[in-house]
Amino acid sequence: MSAITHHIPDPMIAAYAAGSLPHAFSMVVASHLSLCRDCRAALGAHQAVGGALLEEATAVAMSQNAKSNLMARLDEPAAPEPVYDAKGIFPGPVMQSLKGRPPRWKTLGMGVKQNILFEDEMGSARLLYIPAGQAVPDHSHSGLELTLVLQGSFSDETGRFGVGDVEIGDETLEHTPVADAGDPCICLAATDAPLRFKAFMPRLLQPFFRI
Amino acid sequence: MSNDKPYSQLTVWLLAVRDHRDRAAFGDMFDHLAPRLKGFVIRCGARPALAEEIVQDVMLTIWRKAALFDPHKAQASAWIYQIARNRHIDILRKENRPVPDELGEDPGTEPDATQILALEQETLHLKQAIAQLHPDQKEMIEKAYIGDLTHQEISAQTGLPLGTVKSRIRLGLGRLRKELKGLR
Repeated sequence: MSAITHHIPDPMIAAYAAGSLPHAFSMVVASHLSLCRDCRAALGAHQAVGGALLEEATAVAMSQNAKSNLMARLDEPAAPEPVYDAKGIFPGPVMQSLKGRPPRWKTLGMGVKQNILFEDEMGSARLLYIPAGQAVPDHSHSGLELTLVLQGSFSDETGRFGVGDVEIGDETLEHTPVADAGDPCICLAATDAPLRFKAFMPRLLQPFFRI
Repeated sequence: MSNDKPYSQLTVWLLAVRDHRDRAAFGDMFDHLAPRLKGFVIRCGARPALAEEIVQDVMLTIWRKAALFDPHKAQASAWIYQIARNRHIDILRKENRPVPDELGEDPGTEPDATQILALEQETLHLKQAIAQLHPDQKEMIEKAYIGDLTHQEISAQTGLPLGTVKSRIRLGLGRLRKELKGLR
């Protein structure tokens, strides 16, 4: 755990606590927080600020029956919620997205594979599998992109990224990440913009090569 | 409110609920907490009817998940804050927010009561520091922690350029940290 050198920036941790991040980014942040004690401590600090603000909030009276209604519901059986624990290299938030199943990789060529976990109008999240020595597909950033390493490592002009490290890229980051020797590199990558490559693909093919 | 233990009243209630499923303590906690939660959730952008529904949901979640409350790791109001934000968002988006895995204790540390007290002390200092903030800094801090607001949206709401908003949040947090250091 101490080996993590690339962290989530502090304002992003605050935004995660407040729930202001798009779902795809929340997945990456929650996954990093599952691996990194430093950022977990930072989350605790932001939650403390939130808690202090909550305690200071102006009280607004609840309706008359609210308390008796709630007290009567305490014995109601809670609907069982599926709990997804970390499994292997995948932290709980990734397992939640996979609904507890192993990833279903789709080949992108050159041994590179992906599994799209989530997609909405706010962004998307995917798992990427890159064999050692292979370049990470050029998912040119038209917005913000977070890439968290779950297995192996990759390197680019800005440094080396190992398990637990997060690379944050935007329009200004020109880089060519390449998976290092050793285990295949598996990453969780999220972006808040449609990936540019999409625009050049015939519409029909887009569902097959979403990257 | 009587408080014969050194812990905050919220912590005492939560521990009574956690360890003894104490309904009287839960009722007292409801009286204190529910109206504040309602005010807080309304500040977060919910209309009063929805706010009441969210508060009921948060209170029920506190009752059901009390076993997960660990005062060594999180101060009571911090724990409740995160539940309130999570439930609010889950209800709005109808899907579960990704939440991090539980982490074990730091290697080499034994949980003990002094940790709880230290955490409560620090939170008290934090509250004092927030109270001493300049009003517009405080407003920025509040917006960052209570709303579904992006920096972009904060900027649109206040009419301040984005850079100013960001630096003001940072300034506010930086000042908070300094205040905390000074008090320690």
